Formats: sequence, C-alpha cells, structure tokens
Amino acid sequence: MAEPDQEDRIEQAVRAVLGSLSGDLTLREAALLAELHELGRTVARAKAEIAALQVDDITGCHIPAATDELDAIVGHTAEATHIILDACERIEALQPRIGKRAAAVLGAEVTRIYEACSFQDITGQRIAKVVAALKAIEQRIAAATEGRAPTPDAPAETEGRRLAEGPQLPGAAVSQEEIDRLLAGLA
Amino acid sequence: MPIDKSMNVLIVDDYKTMLRIIRNLLKQLDFDNVDEATDGAEALAKLRAGNFGLVISDWNMEPMTGLDLLKEVRADPRLKDTPFIMVTAESKTENVVAAKQAGVSNYIVKPFNAETLRDKIEKVLAHG
Repeated sequence: MAEPDQEDRIEQAVRAVLGSLSGDLTLREAALLAELHELGRTVARAKAEIAALQVDDITGCHIPAATDELDAIVGHTAEATHIILDACERIEALQPRIGKRAAAVLGAEVTRIYEACSFQDITGQRIAKVVAALKAIEQRIAAATEGRAPTPDAPAETEGRRLAEGPQLPGAAVSQEEIDRLLAGLA
Repeated sequence: MPIDKSMNVLIVDDYKTMLRIIRNLLKQLDFDNVDEATDGAEALAKLRAGNFGLVISDWNMEPMTGLDLLKEVRADPRLKDTPFIMVTAESKTENVVAAKQAGVSNYIVKPFNAETLRDKIEKVLAHG
C-alpha cells in the first residue's frame, strides 16, 4: 500500500499533468490523459477505503478489547479449575473414612478429574498464541498506516525460546508413543 | 532397586493449576516432598540452594524456558546428574530432539495421564 504522503504526491502530479495539457490532443496524449484520470480515481478510491477502515478503531479499540476478553477467559477458567481442584482434594481426603474398594474407585475418578483439568493449561497456551497473533496484526496495521516498514520480530535469544511454540493443532502434534520411539532411537 | 519416594521433587510450570495437578498426582504416587517454581530461573535458584532428586519441568516459560533450565542443570557440576523430565505441550519432533540433545531424562507431552507420569518417573528413577 502507498504511504499517505506518497498518495498525495501522486494526486498532485496527476493534477499538474492534467493542468499542463492544452490545445488539440494527439491520440497518444488523449490515451495518457485517460490513464491519468483513471490513476487519479484509483488514488481517491484508495484514500476513501483507508479512511473507511477506521484503522484507529482497530488498533485503539477492537484488538485491545479482544485481547482483554481472551485474558479474562484464561482468568475465569483458572478460577474454575482451582475450584474443581479444591473439591477433588476434599473428596480425596475422605478416602480413609470409606471402604477400601470405594476408596479405590473414588481415587481413580479423582485422578481422571486431575488429568482433565490440565485443559486449562492447554487452552491457556492456545489463547496466548491468539493474543500474540492479534498483537502482531496490531503492530503491522500501525506500521502500515504510519507509513513505515513493520518492525521485524526480534530473534529469539535462546534455543528454548526459539522452539517454544505452544500446543500444536490436533493432527500436527507428535503423540506420546511417537516421542517414546524417538527418544529410544536417539538413546 | 526400590525408588526412594522421600526424595525432594521440584516441579516447574508457569500455570498454577498445572503445578497443583502434578503435585496431587505425585502425592497419589507417595511423593510428598514436592516444591514448586514458576519459571526456569526460580527453579535453578531452588535447585542450587537445595537437594532435589527429580525435576519435572514445563518448557514454555518466561523468562527462562524449561530447555534453558535443563542446559543450566546439565552444565552445573553439582546438578548435572539430576533426573529431569520435561512435561510440555511442545510436541514437535524438533523439540524432542533438542531436549534429548540437552540431556533430558524423559519427555511427556501434555495433556498426559497419571499412568504416563508414573511410568516415566519409575523409568527415570530406576536408571538414576
């Protein structure tokens, strides 16, 4: 996309050329004139489209609001997960006071709840990835509208940071069985 | 060789719910001496100050990641032999290979179940 100053200069140049044309026009000059008219219209249309985008709303309001909402989701799920874990711990504490078989069943079911509660970590990491993507979009929009090149992402300072991408999408992740095989092969 | 379940275990994760889940699962496995850290830097300070027989660490943490913690542990003469299990959502082959090259004892991908955790702990400590 052309920078705003650049668009103004193009528009001014078109007007200057149009103003300099006088008298009978050759076919070539007429074609050039038509091209310049079209160029002027394109520039005006582009300016109107950029204005209609209300970019300030996107970077100043919509994206921050979206990231706040996502942060709130993480907060709510963490709160709910802690309440579930509180309940599980109280249920586990009852084990010595009930029969052995019932205690074993109760223990197994509580373990399943613990396992399921790890969803909060996974969803939290996925949401963090979405927030990071939104912030990157925000920075690129701001760079484009301010007429400067987007700042390239800073290189990761460690291998651990470079490889930290969070959960993969289902189907793209390596399974525990594959990891076990991989580790055995690397031993 | 029987596993000494009275050992100190350090669990490292930036999600408090995950710390709590792993602590409770360890308690079910009779590991009662469990300490926690929320990133690699805090974990390293605790490891250097204490005496831990096992580290169970997440990967993706700020400011120090689990992989960077692992490298620090393996580079420290006093800590270098500490069993280290990575428990992480990072599930790309590249991550597993990097962890193995850095000296990880075992690698568990999230979400995991209690049976996987028990199995990996037993394997790691049996070889310890």
